[in-house]
This record gives sequence, structure tokens and C-alpha cells, in this order.
Amino acid sequence: MTYVFQFGIVFDRFDELLAGAWLTVRLSALAMALGLSVAIVCAFLRTAGPRPVRWIVGAYVEAMRNTPFLVQIYVIFFSLPSFGIRFDANEAALVAMVVNLGAYATEIVRAGVQSVPVGQIEAGRALGLTRVQVYRLIVLFPALKAVFPALASQFILLLLGSSVVSAISAKELTAIANTLQSTTFRAFEVYIVVTFLYLGIAVAFRGLFAAIYWFVFRRGRA
Amino acid sequence: MRSFSSNEFLFLLGAMRWTVVLSLIAFALGGLVGGTIALLRVSSLGPVRLLAGGYIQLFQGTPLLMQLFLVYYGLGLFGLRLDAWTAVVIAYAAYAGAFLGEIWRGCIQAIPRTQWEASASLALSYPQQLRYVILPQALRIAIPPTVGFLVQLVKATAVASIIGFVELTRAGQLMSNATFQPTIVYPTVAALYFTLCWPLSLWAQQLERRFRVGAAIGRTK
Repeated sequence: MTYVFQFGIVFDRFDELLAGAWLTVRLSALAMALGLSVAIVCAFLRTAGPRPVRWIVGAYVEAMRNTPFLVQIYVIFFSLPSFGIRFDANEAALVAMVVNLGAYATEIVRAGVQSVPVGQIEAGRALGLTRVQVYRLIVLFPALKAVFPALASQFILLLLGSSVVSAISAKELTAIANTLQSTTFRAFEVYIVVTFLYLGIAVAFRGLFAAIYWFVFRRGRA
Repeated sequence: MRSFSSNEFLFLLGAMRWTVVLSLIAFALGGLVGGTIALLRVSSLGPVRLLAGGYIQLFQGTPLLMQLFLVYYGLGLFGLRLDAWTAVVIAYAAYAGAFLGEIWRGCIQAIPRTQWEASASLALSYPQQLRYVILPQALRIAIPPTVGFLVQLVKATAVASIIGFVELTRAGQLMSNATFQPTIVYPTVAALYFTLCWPLSLWAQQLERRFRVGAAIGRTK
């Protein structure tokens, strides 16, 4: 092999990559928080809502889980403007991530909700709590605890999937990498460095989730 | 200017063929890789387990798009002139291999230890234990999650459009550029993916229910 690797060029412009990585982290973290909120609401509606609402939430979940994320991004970025809904690239990326994660997380949270013993829910109802109160005060915490590992891996999948939003030129890590490789012509070096940046971010998020699990679910309340 | 009519729809349907072909090839080759990885993951040799575990971590911890870029640009460095097809097939086989390897490892390890011990005490060699005792049982529980992964794989093939591989998503882009009607084109593309994936999802759910019932009955016997 006669190819000479030149990582110097990549590290000269490492600050640009770090800026992209920072946007990736912010986009992902925001999408995780909002997506989980969507999921908590939708999981309630899916299990306790009126029948038509349950049906609509079910359709939303199935539609998202059976179409590619990339196509969802295109629909949100290119198709919705005809209906007067306009986003810039970063907003569209965030919306797509939230909508996508919301659907997957709804299914996960729902599994958690169904793992809570019916007796606890009946006990709550017998004490005169409303359905929403039962969900918020009794069901939610143990449900999230039960499915936390599944949620965490879904979050990681979202983080890695976010590289695809570069296709609508949101300026996150992959998009910066694309710009960098087209100006330095050092495609392989750029992408190998960026790949390991993603790996690092993924490992950091896993550590964060382990810490969250420890502090929120282990300590204090059993 | 073209508008989106039946011809354009047929073009998308034709391109959907390549999504299916790529998914099937990736699944077949990924199955070979995954089977190997799964067996290495349950090997009795520590370093081998570690290596296979590292492979899974690497491919599950990095974006598929990066893997595609690296294969596409990387193998070129070794003097291999790759067309898009070869690069895409290699990348997807490696990607599918990591996920299938991890799924199947779980299935092999779900078989109770006593099955290994019992077959060892019947003087079966390690390959015989796998071939006659462990794998037939592991295969049963592996079917539902494997079908489930197939859905993930079909959706993942959309990413190949970014490096210019013409399948359903790329065809949608081309159509959208030709007709200026993204409002119709992309939802149609999404609907076509849905018709591919939804039956698979339902099938996976149904298999899961059936095998769970089977397992429950097995326990009460």
C-alpha cells in the first residue's frame, strides 16, 4: 500500500469538528428530553385514552417504526413547507428526531406501564386518584425504571442515527466532516476521526445514562 | 416539467426492487458474519470473545453512515477500485453482522447451562453439542428478533442513498427533483417503505407471541 496517511490536516481543523460534535450532542440531548416527554404522554394515551385517541397514537407509532428515519426527515423538510410548515435545517432535524424517538419510546414506556402490577393501579383508583394522577404518581416511576436500559439503547441509536440529518445540511458532526473532506481531499482520515468522535460521544452518553439510573432509580426510593 | 403520475410511481416501484435486493443480500451475508460473531462470542477462549465483543461494540457504537463512508473511501486506499454496489454490500454485511451476532449470542446464552452439561456428559464434542443440542433450541427463540431486525435492516438501506446508491429513497430524491413535487413524492416513498416493513413487523410480533406461548406451555409440562 502506497497511501500516506495525513492526519495533520484533520487535526489542524479539529475545532470545526468539535463545533459539529457539540451541535450533535445538543441536538441529541434535546431530542432525547423532548422525545421522552412525547413518549410519556403518548404511552398514557395509548393505554388509558379514549378508543379513537388510542387508535391515532397506535397509527403514529406504527408509521414511524416502519419507515426510514431519512425519509421522515425528507418529508418534514421538503414536503411540509407546502402546507405552510417551514423549518430551517437544524429545526427540521430536531423535529424529525423528536417525532421518530417519540414513537419508539412510546412503545418502550408502554411496555413499562404494562409491567406495573394492576393491583397498584386499582389501589390508587380506590383512593380516589384520577387516572392521570395514578399514572403520574404511581405508575410512571416504576415503569420508567423497568424499561430504562431499553430507553438508553434507543437514545444511543438516535444519537448515531442523527448523522443522517447531514443530508438536509444541518451543520452537525457529519455535515462538518463532509465539508472538511471536500476541502482537504482526505476523506478516509476525516471519517475515521469522526467515527471515533461518535464512538466517544456514544460512550459518554452511556456513562451519563448509567449515572442517571444510579442517582434517580437506585438511591433513596427502592 | 414532469408531474407525478403513474409513470413516476412505477419508477419508484422499480427502485424499490433495489431496496429489497440490497436488504436480502445484506441479510444473507450479514447472517454469515453474525453467525460467526455469535459463535466467537460464546467461545471458551477469552481473547476470541473479547475480539468479537469489540467488533459488535464498534459497529453498534458508530453511525452506519460513517461505516459506509469508511468502506467506500477506505477500501479504495488499498488499491481496490470499488463500485458503489460492492462498497454498500460490504458495509451492510458488516453492520448486519454486528447486530445479528449480538441477537444470536443472546439466544445461544438463553439456553440453560444444564443443556451444555447434559450433552457434555453424553460425551458429545463441542461442535456436536452446538450442532445437535444448543443451536436447534437457540434457533427457535432466535426467529422473532431476527425478523424484527429485518425491519431495521430494510429501513437502514435508505442511508445508502446518501452515497449515491440508487434505491427507493434515492429514486424519491431524483423524482422530487424532476417533478418539483416533494409534497407527493416523499410521502409516497414513505408509504412504499411502510408496505415493505409493516407486514414484517406484524409477522415478528405474531412469531413472538406464538413462541412465548410455546415457551410457557413448555415450562408447565
